[in-house]
Amino acid sequence: MRLYEYEGKILAQKVGIPIPAGKMVDSPEAAREVARDLKGEVVIKAQILLGGRGKAGGVKFARDPEEAERLTREMLAGKIRDRKVEKVLVEKKLEIIEEMYLGITIDEIKKRMILLAGRTGGVEVEAIAQKPGAGFARFHVDPFIGVPGFRAKELAKHLGAADKGLGALSNIVSRLYGLTQKFDASVAEINPLVKTKNGSYLAADCRVEIDDDALFRQKELESFGIFPREERGREPTELERKGAEIDRVDHRGVAGRVVEFEGDTGLIIGGGGASLTVFDAILKYGGKPANYCEIGGNPTVKKVQLLTELILSKPGVKRLAVITNVLSNTRVDLVARGVIKGMLNRGIDPKKFPVVFRVPGAWEDEGFKILNKYGIKYFERAHTMDEAAKYVVEMGKS
Amino acid sequence: MGLFVTVKLNPERCQDGCQACLDVCPVNIFKLEGGKVKVVAENEDECTFCELCLERCKNKSVEIIKNY
Ligand code: SF4
Ligand code: SF4
Repeated sequence: MRLYEYEGKILAQKVGIPIPAGKMVDSPEAAREVARDLKGEVVIKAQILLGGRGKAGGVKFARDPEEAERLTREMLAGKIRDRKVEKVLVEKKLEIIEEMYLGITIDEIKKRMILLAGRTGGVEVEAIAQKPGAGFARFHVDPFIGVPGFRAKELAKHLGAADKGLGALSNIVSRLYGLTQKFDASVAEINPLVKTKNGSYLAADCRVEIDDDALFRQKELESFGIFPREERGREPTELERKGAEIDRVDHRGVAGRVVEFEGDTGLIIGGGGASLTVFDAILKYGGKPANYCEIGGNPTVKKVQLLTELILSKPGVKRLAVITNVLSNTRVDLVARGVIKGMLNRGIDPKKFPVVFRVPGAWEDEGFKILNKYGIKYFERAHTMDEAAKYVVEMGKS
Repeated sequence: MGLFVTVKLNPERCQDGCQACLDVCPVNIFKLEGGKVKVVAENEDECTFCELCLERCKNKSVEIIKNY
């Protein structure tokens, strides 16, 4: 789960990394208040979960509280990089003399966390770091040892720190690693890490990603106002919102996680990689997937029924494919019941509407009996998902 | 009666409303109404044929019928 800048900064502050004075607000009036308290020039930063916001107009400077209010109003009314801005961070403007980069992430090949420190910070640092001679120092962290003090100092020195600054900067290096350990972060990045005119080092921006699989034990985050959320790169559509509601109807199994597309082929699929194969197959034969969704873990008949109704309610859906991988352990008969009930509830005759099943799994013989009764075409496990996809697309064409 | 499953209680046999079926059913097919155990019609299609109710009903009052 990617955190907003202000959330990342809360965590940075908790581990003792200095951050600029400021506050997150969600109204122009509040921005004005904060700017007044901070005195002097402030920076208004749109809180979105994307990089490159500076270039897109998401970072602006205000000379006085009135300007802070006006700029915040403009930002909250508009979109930055196609995202609606709901919060902004108002901070005291820093007198920056140097910008650096400090980041920690997981090196998937070495299976260790890697610390990166670069003399150049700011935008497009990812591209710069790739170039030879870019001056980026790397250090793989041994999980049993962590970041020893001398390593932190070496990195601080690499970043150009000397004398008193060495201690301050090496503390930031150690603490950033500490942050990843304390909060199960898979990414913790300070870009830019700045040196100000008076010689202090601060995290001017902060990006943190928390490992989703560790969220269950990161209850402390909630006490800082950071709650688990799903991020899909854009606002959920009406259909997607309803899909999430259906999944919440009952705790048993999954029948939801809908992602909507412009397409003509409704999909009831198991999710994951096999489902992407189904996507490819549908496209190959000339159909267009109307949605992604996930069913599995034996959802109730009701949930499958509601999900089917939802997918069939999408305008332009002219066929339905119920296809999962052979490993599915979800009961086929219960899925068949749900899908058929959903179709009937929408006044659709399963004998006439193009629908295909290819769901090898538990209780499939019972499932086949049900499908036979309602005249629904199904493929047994000896037939591939590809064959089923081809069949349903051709059905919907005639 | 569900579309796929019908769960029936024989009122003659189910005298005491012992609620054993209600306790064991994993999908809430049974409910208590006016001191009597009744079938929740809108849940009948959720029946997983686990047969726990059949096993636990000492009066052999429950009947599960497949409609396909
Ligand atoms: S067979 Fe199982 S699921 Fe069906 S009514 Fe009996 S206890 Fe409930
Ligand atoms: S277990 Fe049998 S006797 Fe007891 S309430 Fe249920 S149906 Fe009636």
